[in-house]
Amino acid sequence: MSLTLDQVKRIAHLARIEIGDEEALATQGQLNGIFQLIEQMQAVDTAGIEPMAHAQDLAQRLRADAVSEENRRAAFQAVAPETEAGLYLVPKVIE
Amino acid sequence: MAEPGPRLPMNMINASLKELSQALAAKQVSSVELTTLFLDRIDRLNPQINAFVTVDRDKSLKAAAAADARIAAGQFGPLTGIPLAQKDIFCAEGWRTTCGSKMLENFVAPYDATVVRKLEGEAGMVSLGKTNMDEFAMGSSNENSYFGAVKNPWALDRVPGGSSGGSAAAVAARLAPIATGTDTGGSIRQPAAMCGLTGLKPTYGVVSRYGMIAYASSLDQGGPMGRSAEDCALLLNAMAGFDERDSTSLERPAEDYARDLDKPLAGLRVGLPKEFFAAGCDAGVMAAVQGAIRELEKLGATMVEVSLPNSHLSVPAYYVIAPAEASSNLSRYDGVRYGYRAPEYGNLDDMYMKTRAQGFGAEVKRRILVGAYVLSHGYYDAYYLQAQRIRRLIANDFVAAFNECDVILGPTAPSTAFRIGEKSSDPVQMYLSDIYTIAVNLAGLPGMALPCGFADGLPVGLQLIGNYFAEARLLNVAHRFQQATDWHTQQPEGIA
Repeated sequence: MSLTLDQVKRIAHLARIEIGDEEALATQGQLNGIFQLIEQMQAVDTAGIEPMAHAQDLAQRLRADAVSEENRRAAFQAVAPETEAGLYLVPKVIE
Repeated sequence: MAEPGPRLPMNMINASLKELSQALAAKQVSSVELTTLFLDRIDRLNPQINAFVTVDRDKSLKAAAAADARIAAGQFGPLTGIPLAQKDIFCAEGWRTTCGSKMLENFVAPYDATVVRKLEGEAGMVSLGKTNMDEFAMGSSNENSYFGAVKNPWALDRVPGGSSGGSAAAVAARLAPIATGTDTGGSIRQPAAMCGLTGLKPTYGVVSRYGMIAYASSLDQGGPMGRSAEDCALLLNAMAGFDERDSTSLERPAEDYARDLDKPLAGLRVGLPKEFFAAGCDAGVMAAVQGAIRELEKLGATMVEVSLPNSHLSVPAYYVIAPAEASSNLSRYDGVRYGYRAPEYGNLDDMYMKTRAQGFGAEVKRRILVGAYVLSHGYYDAYYLQAQRIRRLIANDFVAAFNECDVILGPTAPSTAFRIGEKSSDPVQMYLSDIYTIAVNLAGLPGMALPCGFADGLPVGLQLIGNYFAEARLLNVAHRFQQATDWHTQQPEGIA
């Protein structure tokens, strides 16, 4: 399997990473090298094997739906690129 | 200030944690003196090694003075006042926490990771600063850091390994007595091996991941990197434990990981996976590993051949699972709530695209793209589910092997430290340097690296793999080995 240049650009868009033509071309070669490595998996018959998502086969721990953290909005917003009146600022999305 | 005077009973830069603890308790040295000693070494030696990305003398000395006050008041534990280096993946309140990325170049964490709270807040250790690392822990050489490559103290033209390369170089150069690291595919063990250190990746879920910046959440695990198994055991005692803030933290009673250090090794069954002793490993590395096997036999262990027939699939499976998890985890870096934002952009989508294009380095982008692809419609079953099925086969191999033996032994890495630039243009060659370590993360098992000799003047790391929760057993084997050998006490020349 190998990725086309259009596929590289499409997944870069899905991942919201801007990519120029030259970078896409270089990336295509590297990704195809990586997928060549990954392809080794396809030779293995895994019929009937349960996928392992996690190292411990444990049920997710539950807790009461109760407030456990204090409000630290000022501290958390202090590290934001742009805020105003307690809100995060981004480019306008609704015309 | 001068280095502590002759009243000190030992060479403090080579003292064990236990010796430091005793000297502090006996008031032969203060935490401020010890911290100053190491900060002065960092000032002098870090410019050539680049192990630390952030040092804050005032903050460290303030913490040291607080530790001295605790000691004076008689309210202290075995690690109070001992300095340590923190991998820059752990959020520490008030400290710049970069994860090796331009994306977080100016991020000052507003809270402490649980590991930081336990080691500094509770145990009273003193942070000397934050250590360099591969960006978002993605790398095996530390060349992927936005803050520049780290130099191996054993040979400054060589890599220290990665991703915890800054922590490894810091301890090897005696810029810190001990350090924290994290290990997703070998990132504690491989740099420990390449820098002549002892490092332990615990069983998945033993050390809290809260505040530890996520790479691949089903694999990431923090652990100690030090100069001996005993030091690692003492640090793990303070690092480990259930944390309700980490949904994958295991609810288990507290353990003393040092409890079995001195236990004799008579009767120990050591499994040698035939796949780890086949072609593909440098002869010098293999010779040192064989020497370690003979040493363990002298100590009463018996060797048994075991097989991990699917281990060759661990690198391919890892490079599906880890990027898939990373592509999801790293979607949080959007330029809105924290971190870098591109200076110029049009609409919101353009802001995301430019922020992420400029904020992430090349390897991080590659892994995000691989992850986005294997999770995308039409490819999920062929790649992601297939990788998870192979992960199960790999874990089952270990279950079968541990029916035959108590610990598994092999090399940590197929070579000693390679030259800076040697593998950086070929991602796949770089990935293969973790060929012996990755299976352990996929299975969630504990693994250790410890020095077992040299090849061409560079340290070789032995790897020991244990069954789930066998940390104390691994530390026992490593400690007995270190009682009988002196590889772990060697230090790089020219770093005085």
